[in-house]
Amino acid sequence: MLIFEHSRPGRRNYSQAPTTAASNNKIPENLRRKSPPLLPEVSEMDTVRHYTRLSQKNFSIDTEFYPLGSCTMKYNPRACNSLAMLPQYLGRHPLAPEDTGQGYMACMYELQEILKDVTGMAGVSLTPMAGAQGELIGVMMIRAYHESRGDFSRTEIIVPDAAHGTNPATAVMCGFKVVEIATDKTGNVDMAALKAAVGPQTAGLMLTNPSTLGVFEENVSEMSRVVHEAGGLLYYDGANLNAVLGKVKPGDMGFDVIHINLHKTFSTPHGGGGPGSAPVGVAERLLPYMPIPIVTHEDGKYRWVSEKEKPQSIGRLSAHMGNAGVLLRAYIYVRLLGMDGMHRVAEFATLNANYLMAELRKAGFEIAYPTRRASHEFIVTMKEIKDKTGVTAMNLAKRLLDKGYHAPTTYFPMLVPECLLIEPAESESKETLDAFVIAMKEILTEIEEQPDMVKDAPHTMPLRKLDDVKAARELDLSWKKPSS
Amino acid sequence: MPFIPHTEEDIAEMLASIGADSIETLFDEIPSDLISGELTGVPPGLSEMEITRLMMERANIDGSYQNFIGAGAYEHHIPAAVWQITTRGEFYSSYTPYQAEASQGTLQLLYEYQTMMASLTGMDVSNASMYDGATALAEAALMAVRLHRTSRRILIPKTVHPTYRKVVRAIVSNQKIEVVELPFCPQSGQVLPESLDEFYKEDFAALVIPQPNFFGVLEQVDALTDWAHSKNALAIGVVNPTALALLSPPGEWGSNGADIAVGEGQPLGIPLSSGGPYFGFMACKNKLLRQIPGRIIGRTNDLDNKPGFVLTLQAREQHIRRSKATSNICTNQGLMVTAATIYMSLLGPEGLRRVAAQSHANTLELIEQLEAINGVKRTFSGPIFHEATLTLPASVDTVLSKLKDQGILAGLNLNEYYSDMENALLVCATETKTSADLQRYTELLTQALK
Repeated sequence: MLIFEHSRPGRRNYSQAPTTAASNNKIPENLRRKSPPLLPEVSEMDTVRHYTRLSQKNFSIDTEFYPLGSCTMKYNPRACNSLAMLPQYLGRHPLAPEDTGQGYMACMYELQEILKDVTGMAGVSLTPMAGAQGELIGVMMIRAYHESRGDFSRTEIIVPDAAHGTNPATAVMCGFKVVEIATDKTGNVDMAALKAAVGPQTAGLMLTNPSTLGVFEENVSEMSRVVHEAGGLLYYDGANLNAVLGKVKPGDMGFDVIHINLHKTFSTPHGGGGPGSAPVGVAERLLPYMPIPIVTHEDGKYRWVSEKEKPQSIGRLSAHMGNAGVLLRAYIYVRLLGMDGMHRVAEFATLNANYLMAELRKAGFEIAYPTRRASHEFIVTMKEIKDKTGVTAMNLAKRLLDKGYHAPTTYFPMLVPECLLIEPAESESKETLDAFVIAMKEILTEIEEQPDMVKDAPHTMPLRKLDDVKAARELDLSWKKPSS
Repeated sequence: MPFIPHTEEDIAEMLASIGADSIETLFDEIPSDLISGELTGVPPGLSEMEITRLMMERANIDGSYQNFIGAGAYEHHIPAAVWQITTRGEFYSSYTPYQAEASQGTLQLLYEYQTMMASLTGMDVSNASMYDGATALAEAALMAVRLHRTSRRILIPKTVHPTYRKVVRAIVSNQKIEVVELPFCPQSGQVLPESLDEFYKEDFAALVIPQPNFFGVLEQVDALTDWAHSKNALAIGVVNPTALALLSPPGEWGSNGADIAVGEGQPLGIPLSSGGPYFGFMACKNKLLRQIPGRIIGRTNDLDNKPGFVLTLQAREQHIRRSKATSNICTNQGLMVTAATIYMSLLGPEGLRRVAAQSHANTLELIEQLEAINGVKRTFSGPIFHEATLTLPASVDTVLSKLKDQGILAGLNLNEYYSDMENALLVCATETKTSADLQRYTELLTQALK
């Protein structure tokens, strides 16, 4: 039932809105709204019940194991939320004077410094509001760098075929042509293809490392050399930073610019698909182009870096300070972890992934890159199973829901057929991983004994399989009031 | 170990299963020269008690002020239920609803949100949100150019939020799209539709129409919309969602309505929070549906014909179309939209109207009182919604500083944004202010000007 279907004309919540209806209205007649908007007329209790019940129809980290590959669904500590929601932080206006925000700005400044150290970059700007925006900002800086040197011939961005879709989409949004390069049999970028692709037209290379195939690019230093020698810059997509946090610094791998998905590696909530936050880090030569706002610290005071101080900045990419409240949560998380905790993130994320990979292999699943170590994630391919039984990766994913597990990422990366990208994250215990393996084994048996049942999954969710084709063909994107 | 549950025994058993002798071994594919040393820039970990103390100390340094600044972020009362429900783990810690059957909560909520926003803006369809108001406007400009095909020019009046203009310029210039800024009437504070023909003669893809504009003034939206359409361009409304409870929605502007409506969703239940996270909303006419960026939720049926919800029209999106996508946007601002949907449900049409009407009335009352002070006058003659520009007989910074010492953030110095506007103060009094608050503001400003 939709909230609109609970609605009754004239029902109101008297305590939540102004109790008297203001009569002083000086809005010209021709600019006034003629009919009220379609908002529900429901009681507070109806609203609370309706949305509480809706929430219960979601899988979430707080309720289920959520091994969604390349999304780093780790536990979101409660303290990060409750402390970021202290009334003074919530109440502060973004344009309030600097001297009324010294506490908040201290947190932002320290977060910038910590992220610099973790990534090995020379500067950090906290403004990007999501991974894709971090990418856009990063590629814009690459462009600004070349153009400031009078080099307008660099029109191409190189992207490996295993990259997230946001990489090529970002390059195009930035006005670049995308050159896709292949992956070799062991999961590394094909070096011969890369060498053939670079040239005076190369603006840069966007790389995720470890890649979305769940393996570390072993030739990363060589790639860095090849691209830099051609005059291009290296972009690090931080989607998988959790795999190397505290182990390897992207700056040491030769990257010139990086974005860090705080909603992955720094445990800020995914919130049903946002808000994210993706600070960008840059090497020395890109410092002049960083987007503002940036916090600086002088004479014992924090202040915003002004536009005049950054004449070559690519400018502003958000109305205010990016996703300020998300940044606070990430700050609290890094302070809770501290130096030692930070080193352990990659270690235990990697331990969990390699353990789960070993156990699933023993259970009879085919690993896409069996000769490689898993990073913080790995790929199971269902190709052989599908060829034999007709059961697909998506069928298995839906059957996992029945067993109380969120599905891994399916059909991404696209170059591995029938793939499941599995990322357990460091906050999961061995018991949880073991129980997941048992569920996967059960499904394997079910595939043999009753494949049609698996193909029709899910069976125990509030709804059975949903019709995507109907959704796209007979578009119904908003509720219409029935004409009574 | 913070947030890592492994016991020594677990670690030993797991390594044995893998066949590795230590955790270090698991990193043996990483060239050893890349392994970094200690993170010397990260301080030692704090306990929850210690971080609580630190964050409370810092919150107290910032203190609490009575706020009369608007300028794109507005203080409104947020009902207690909004964030109690929004921060339930099932909303807070779930991801983009890729597995529809395990995400019906988020999906249905987003469908309800789309319905509310489409109606509030008077448009056919709404997407599931953008990052913020400024980036939503930039994406609207890109949409308009994709649809127009021949012109790569966007007209934006200088009455649009100055930061929005900067953001739009930064984003669209990547695609060689030109932003042309339109002047406003220094008396009324509005863009004058009758002056546009003279000012601008070339082709353009869209005209941006703010309502209310950055000065708090209401624009002549009907004439502006019709003018854009007469030039074969789109009309993009950038609107305040609270104001839409009182004001004619973009879909009804002029003879045929504006084509795209965008804006900052923050006033709908999102705390000011130093500037984010907020959310941008975007709604449009059906003809633009295939050009709209971001997530869209559709209603469909399951195998048993029971209604349910899925992500739809994904062929526009980056994870399917890659370099041919309508935008690189991946996530929306899901949790913010959750709060906004609950906010709109709790208030309903009458509640939201009252919030808007009281904010309007409070600002009128404050302005009337302030105009009575010697030397203070309204900068612009145009009608306002809940924000106004005043010209003071003294330096705005001095006045702001004096009122700050009394615990009041009295508004925004417009000189920072418009170098030719001296002594201009932008002030906003929402429904959160009482008559006593307004009187105190007036008294303190009177004293500050003595």
